Amino acid sequence: MDDLLREFITETNESLDVVDVELVKFEQEPNNATILDNIFRLVHTIKGTCGFLGLPRLEGIAHAAETLMGKFRDGAPVTQEAVSLILTSIDQIKDILGELEAAEGEEPEGDDSELIGQLEKMSAKADAAMQGGAEEEAEAEAPEAVEEAPAEAEAEAETEAEAAANDDQPEQTLERPLRPGEVSLDELERAFRETEIEVEVAEAAVPEAEEALDEAEEPAPAPAAAKVEAKSEAKAPAGKKAGGEAGEKKSSGGGVSNQSIRVAVDTLEHLMTMVSELVLTRNQLLEIVRRHEDSEFKVPLQRLSNVTAELQEGVMATRMQPIGNAWQKLPRIVRDLSQELEKPIELEMIGADTELDRQVLEMIKDPLTHMVRNSADHGLERPEERRAAGKPEKGIITLAAYHEGGHIIIEVRDDGKGIDVDKVKAKVVERGLASEAEVDKMTDAQVHKFIFAAGFSTAAKVTSVSGRGVGMDVVRNNIELIGGTVDLRSTQGKGSSFIIKIPLTLAIVSTLIVEAGGDRFAIPQLSVVELVRVQTNSEHRIERIKDTPVLRLRNKLLPLVHLSQLLGIYEGENADEAIDADNGFIVVMQVGSQTFGVVVDGVFHTEEIVVKPMSTMLRNLGMFSGNTILGDGSVIMIIDPNGIAGAMASHASSAVTENQEDEQEDLQRRAISGQSSISLLLFRAGAPEPKAVPLSLVTRLEEFEVSKIERSNGRDLVQYRGALMPLVYVNDGDSHKTEGTQPMLVFSDAGRSMGLVVDEIVDIVEDRMNIEVGSERPGILGSAVVKERATEIIDLGYYLPQAFEDWFMRKEMDIEALTKKVLFVDDSSFFRNMLTPVLKAAGYDVTTCVGPQQAFELLENGDKFHAIVSDIEMPEINGFEFCESLRRDPRFRNIPILALSSMVTPASIERGRQAGFDDYVAKFDRPGLIAALKDVFSGEMGAAA
Amino acid sequence: MSVLEHKLNEVADQKAGSDMIQYVTVVIGGQLFGLPISQVHDVFVPESVTRVPMSAPEVQGVLNLRGRIVTAINMRRRLHLPPLKEGQMMAVGIEYKQESYGLVIDTVGEVLTLPAASAEPNPSNLDRRWAEISGGVHRLDGQLMVILDVDRLLGAMFTEPMVAA
Repeated sequence: MDDLLREFITETNESLDVVDVELVKFEQEPNNATILDNIFRLVHTIKGTCGFLGLPRLEGIAHAAETLMGKFRDGAPVTQEAVSLILTSIDQIKDILGELEAAEGEEPEGDDSELIGQLEKMSAKADAAMQGGAEEEAEAEAPEAVEEAPAEAEAEAETEAEAAANDDQPEQTLERPLRPGEVSLDELERAFRETEIEVEVAEAAVPEAEEALDEAEEPAPAPAAAKVEAKSEAKAPAGKKAGGEAGEKKSSGGGVSNQSIRVAVDTLEHLMTMVSELVLTRNQLLEIVRRHEDSEFKVPLQRLSNVTAELQEGVMATRMQPIGNAWQKLPRIVRDLSQELEKPIELEMIGADTELDRQVLEMIKDPLTHMVRNSADHGLERPEERRAAGKPEKGIITLAAYHEGGHIIIEVRDDGKGIDVDKVKAKVVERGLASEAEVDKMTDAQVHKFIFAAGFSTAAKVTSVSGRGVGMDVVRNNIELIGGTVDLRSTQGKGSSFIIKIPLTLAIVSTLIVEAGGDRFAIPQLSVVELVRVQTNSEHRIERIKDTPVLRLRNKLLPLVHLSQLLGIYEGENADEAIDADNGFIVVMQVGSQTFGVVVDGVFHTEEIVVKPMSTMLRNLGMFSGNTILGDGSVIMIIDPNGIAGAMASHASSAVTENQEDEQEDLQRRAISGQSSISLLLFRAGAPEPKAVPLSLVTRLEEFEVSKIERSNGRDLVQYRGALMPLVYVNDGDSHKTEGTQPMLVFSDAGRSMGLVVDEIVDIVEDRMNIEVGSERPGILGSAVVKERATEIIDLGYYLPQAFEDWFMRKEMDIEALTKKVLFVDDSSFFRNMLTPVLKAAGYDVTTCVGPQQAFELLENGDKFHAIVSDIEMPEINGFEFCESLRRDPRFRNIPILALSSMVTPASIERGRQAGFDDYVAKFDRPGLIAALKDVFSGEMGAAA
Repeated sequence: MSVLEHKLNEVADQKAGSDMIQYVTVVIGGQLFGLPISQVHDVFVPESVTRVPMSAPEVQGVLNLRGRIVTAINMRRRLHLPPLKEGQMMAVGIEYKQESYGLVIDTVGEVLTLPAASAEPNPSNLDRRWAEISGGVHRLDGQLMVILDVDRLLGAMFTEPMVAA
């Protein structure tokens, strides 16, 4: 096939694409003359070129379509029918072009008379709708002409008066004598040679051509018509120009006219490959220079490195195209769908100028189309349904694209009915993809994922649009092939949103080099979220849920797997030991919405590598997406994050469900024992065994210069925030350090502070304070297992009075486990934090409130308590009032209520009794409180019994 | 090498000495094999071979040969022979379907020029393992040289399931 034809096919295809988009726009804005002119001109050009090149079928259809559009230009009403018909003809032209290309330049045999007939009828209708004579005969003759190029085009230039057409005789060649208005071949040749290739000239020619067309409407100035012919039907150079004017979307769309050149894709590919090799070689050099401390190569190499980086960026930019190109066909598709499905649909496109790599663009065109079709077909409801649901009748499909951190994110959203989770669940069970029990346990998000399973479709029937169930898995596959991910978010009734994340470049990738099982591997950085180092005593711990190791990272549980196990190269004997709970490097990866941790033996550095595809023999290994040569010359495999995610999937679901079970158990256990984990401060004082105190009680951790510690009145003091703070020692006979700094825990309340002298502050941990062994020793509440060590929980109650006598008294403890729920109301957080553990230690399930208001809320909510302990001195509503209102309520008439107060005078006790309190305890009389509670409950039990 | 080049070589051989083909001989498991010289690109010592987890057992790994990533095929494993106890193995670089492979063998022998006419089809008692990859044999003094058929050698690896145990 010769170059001319090749050019023609390329350019005509581009023009047809533009015509598509413009037609859809035109349909929505039938009064927009610019769009119409645009379309008209494009079709006219196509027709002319076809005629000139001797492609009668194409010419015929284009001609008829053009005629119809001419009617619109003259003011005929634009009907949907007419536009559909023109679109159909455009499709037909595209088809023929395709066959033409395949047949290497031979126009395929075929008969278009039906289509042409329809077009003509439409034109006639349009005519009738306007006014105007019967042009039908004229139109009928015209398409049958074979090589009528100049005459044809000329005839078209005159719209109403088809006089010349009437005179046309079939099967004329260019050997006939020149007709009026035509130019000789020589003149044409001259015109060709004179026309230039540049786009600017095309632009200039365009208005000229338009003028010419307008002029030609009057019984034409022939030379002008000829000029139109010459310019629009010209050979290679002008063809390029015409193609330029049609194909230059920017100029035809009224955009900026750029200096641009057509470059073969192969050339760019070659450039890209060369740049990649250059990057590799640069890496090698860098590696060598790295090993030599002082080298004169360093500076030039740095320069080389910069230049290479820029070159890399530059070449990549050449391959970047706006994603609008992939979206080009979609308005037309949506329009057609809208008609076919009888649902009004609007397509919104945001970020069409976001650029991405050409290769990537090609690969996402189809997936995007499929998703849009899906949204239109399955996502959007019928207009009646939408009205019933209170939504606007017109459904909206939104395409949005933007850059984010090395990726391009494309969203396909619809405001339809969302994914019907129940339907999907049913289908899943029906297909045997999961059992009912499993499906029940799944979250909505997990159920959504099944959409991507092969052969999956909940469509009740298969429409021509979709529903065949071969879609979404192929879509996901295609996207994953280019290293991207697709995620789905959906809210029933509101709509669904597909989110595609694609890396911006394919060839050169930033990776993290890790080691596992004795070998090194490269993990693409794009999928790495963070690196976590696990060591004994670090805050990140590897835990086990039923033998599956997981990492607790900021309250999320991540399933873990060792890379060497995944790859089958684990050299140890016991698979369980692959992940050492005390030591490891974990690469936290995210693929789509799956987050998980991959344990590796070592982490080296990051390196920009050039991805070399795997040898065909090894291509089917899912774990690897390619291999590369590192700077040091060694070949390493590149891990495919999707492969790992797939292997993890089985791990994850079981670990997560197990975890859910565990959490249920936990909750139950907590309900029974009434304890949850709290923050504890671990420290040492006087003995190597650790001690702990609830962190919430501690005001500050301080270190004082020993020189600041003064002695007065037989006590050690330190000046603290403008007041004297007495120091208290954990063990009798302890004393402070003689030099350096002395750490201490400061406890404050209502302006008074106490410093508890400790040897060393160890850590702050979260754990359950489950005092298992009570203690008779003063100062210790008991021993609890904190972070797997037996830890003494100190009794602040013992120490505080040592600072200020009226702060505390001695304690006793009651370890009897009762599962009584106690509501504790106190506005002072200090006392809440102080007394809650005491109550808990006594075995009660304590709920705290900051005041009566909150207490009422809880009670109204239906929470049941066995007893209420309330402070008296509270702002807004004091304890007496609180109790009185409680007693007024029949529900709480009999519930035991205890008063806690710092004022224990006979008068206040009496007041309390009147208010309805069952007992009145001094705030600091903790044993008294426990005893009172005990009394109240045994009394109750006695009553119950 | 392209078919054209191959043919040209043959023609050259023919002109050289009436239908003589040059073979690079290698020894695998005590048996002598011959590779038409036109197919052999390299002879090298396989160094720094990176193993490929989860690949077929015959795939010894991949290595970097002058900037190209070459897939190393361990011929002993391919032919179901026990591995070499000691001693260094050698590799012969070939190209197959535009990709580079390295056949790891015991030793490389001489280059033999043999008349094409004396190539015989596989004898019926040829060890089954050699027969799999053989494109014929040449009878030499005292031993048999099996002509290695690269297509059969590598082609089979693509169709067989690739997952290692």
